[in-house]
Amino acid sequence: MSGRVFLLGDGVSTDAIMPGRYNVTTDPDALRRSCLIEARPDFVQTVQPGDVIVAGRNFGCGSSREHAPLSIKRNAVAAVIAASFARIFYRNAVNIGLPVIRCADAHRVLRDGDEVTVDALTGMITTATGTLHGEPPSGVALRIIEAGSLIDLIRRGGWSALEEERRVS
Amino acid sequence: MGTITEELFSRRLGHAVHAGDTVIAEVDVAMAHDVTGPLAIEAYRSLDLPLWDASRIVFNFDHVMPANTVAAAELHRVIREFCVEHSITNLFAEGICHQVMVDRRLAQPGGIVVGADSHSTTYGGLGCFATGLGSTDIGVVFATGKTWFRIPKTVRIEVRGALPRGVYAKDLALYVIAQMGADGADYCAVEWGGEAVAAMTVDERLTLCNLSTDFGAKTGLVEPDAITFEHSGGEPIDLHPVRPDYARTLVVDAERLRPQVAVHPSIDNVHDIDDVSGTPLDEVFIGSCTNGRLSDLAIAASIFSGRTVHPRTRTVVVPASRGVYLEALSAGYIETFALAGALVLNPGCGPCLGRQHGVVGPGERVLSTSNRNYPGRMGSPDAQIFLASPAVAAASALTGAITDPATLEPVS
Repeated sequence: MSGRVFLLGDGVSTDAIMPGRYNVTTDPDALRRSCLIEARPDFVQTVQPGDVIVAGRNFGCGSSREHAPLSIKRNAVAAVIAASFARIFYRNAVNIGLPVIRCADAHRVLRDGDEVTVDALTGMITTATGTLHGEPPSGVALRIIEAGSLIDLIRRGGWSALEEERRVS
Repeated sequence: MGTITEELFSRRLGHAVHAGDTVIAEVDVAMAHDVTGPLAIEAYRSLDLPLWDASRIVFNFDHVMPANTVAAAELHRVIREFCVEHSITNLFAEGICHQVMVDRRLAQPGGIVVGADSHSTTYGGLGCFATGLGSTDIGVVFATGKTWFRIPKTVRIEVRGALPRGVYAKDLALYVIAQMGADGADYCAVEWGGEAVAAMTVDERLTLCNLSTDFGAKTGLVEPDAITFEHSGGEPIDLHPVRPDYARTLVVDAERLRPQVAVHPSIDNVHDIDDVSGTPLDEVFIGSCTNGRLSDLAIAASIFSGRTVHPRTRTVVVPASRGVYLEALSAGYIETFALAGALVLNPGCGPCLGRQHGVVGPGERVLSTSNRNYPGRMGSPDAQIFLASPAVAAASALTGAITDPATLEPVS
């Protein structure tokens, strides 16, 4: 799937993705409209399915609010690509099936508005001029991604599948 | 054998575990609050499974309590109805979730607690492995009682010597965050130890572990000792690290620390107070899960006593919990705050997250004893947020500008 890059900087917090004043709801459409509302107001106005967010270090730092990755997912982005992710954001994104890719160089190589094609499972990012190799989720996170979401994984046999894997490894 | 985290999980699981291992573990308690709770309930309902254990599920109303909008009231209604449906009696509206967990002894030394709030790391101050998760993870715990953990590597913060007068756990934590960077402990456990930490009260240890998440840590931990067990009322347990293999050790000389201020726009932009003193302030907030406990209010009250806040600077004090509030009333602190011209609000998160009272406007400067100064955190993204100890906050409220308490004129 190909789309356009929305380039953000280092340390994009969950307060920037979904400010506290806007997340007093579980309504998916309200969350979608508030995504990056102050940090990048053009995002919601212009994002198209398949677009990607590219950022620097520590993307999603701060709150555990799942409203943040939910609001990004509801905007149908193909992936969030960052040099590094804050722990809870990354885990939340995986749990709800929002593709996340670690890539040290993407935010330096790509420019805002660039056209890219992203393979969320392999982490490969293809541009007009070359290819970047990102790191997709692995281990338990990959198992969740393969199932679709944590809820899907638990529905298909609870923790037993993962416990089996742990005993073997 | 290993770090506190490895010792704790090995004891709980009945076999040795090491950093890097993935484990599935039962937790003692799962907690959610008024903002993350409804999404956790939605996740739980989508599983269509019976509830794990009503007595080990805890909800707190604190982020928007009492409700300030119809939407907030709706969040509370969803949680109340879920608790009635499932006979969950641990539904509290008496302060910040993390302080209520401590006040009600729901987090215990050697325990494993997960909360749908990033500052769940706070309970590590009691030697409890505690971490923040999202709502979906917590919803799954509501059904299964379990979650998965990758046993984290550990960063050891070894604090030598004693903190000077006027320097507190908050200053130590901000100093360490500046050394480590805002993502310096990403995915790691942080162990706080050494002479200065051993000498700290539980309140101060909770502050250290609270702020551990703000440089990326999965958990913060202080080895439980006699001070811990006196507070928790539980059986003593030994979690002393045995031949630990630390990913990094940071040695801090406590004697050399000055009061610290984290300056807009990031928590690792930390300065000695001398660099920023004199910066005018529109608002001061004393409270939060970082610094809204009784000892924090005691420090603020001692500075406010016999003085009044600067007319330029609205000053908001929020006790962390009803328990803290009652003790502060008995000690006369609340009266001191009122006489000084500060506004004392009901226990809860207060202005920390810009969602209820104390919201800051564009161009304003606020000094807060809380834990986050991301742009937009407390209101307008064009406001500047400074983070410091309750002592610095109180002194700054009096002068209307960032002030080292040591420089205040004596009360005449």
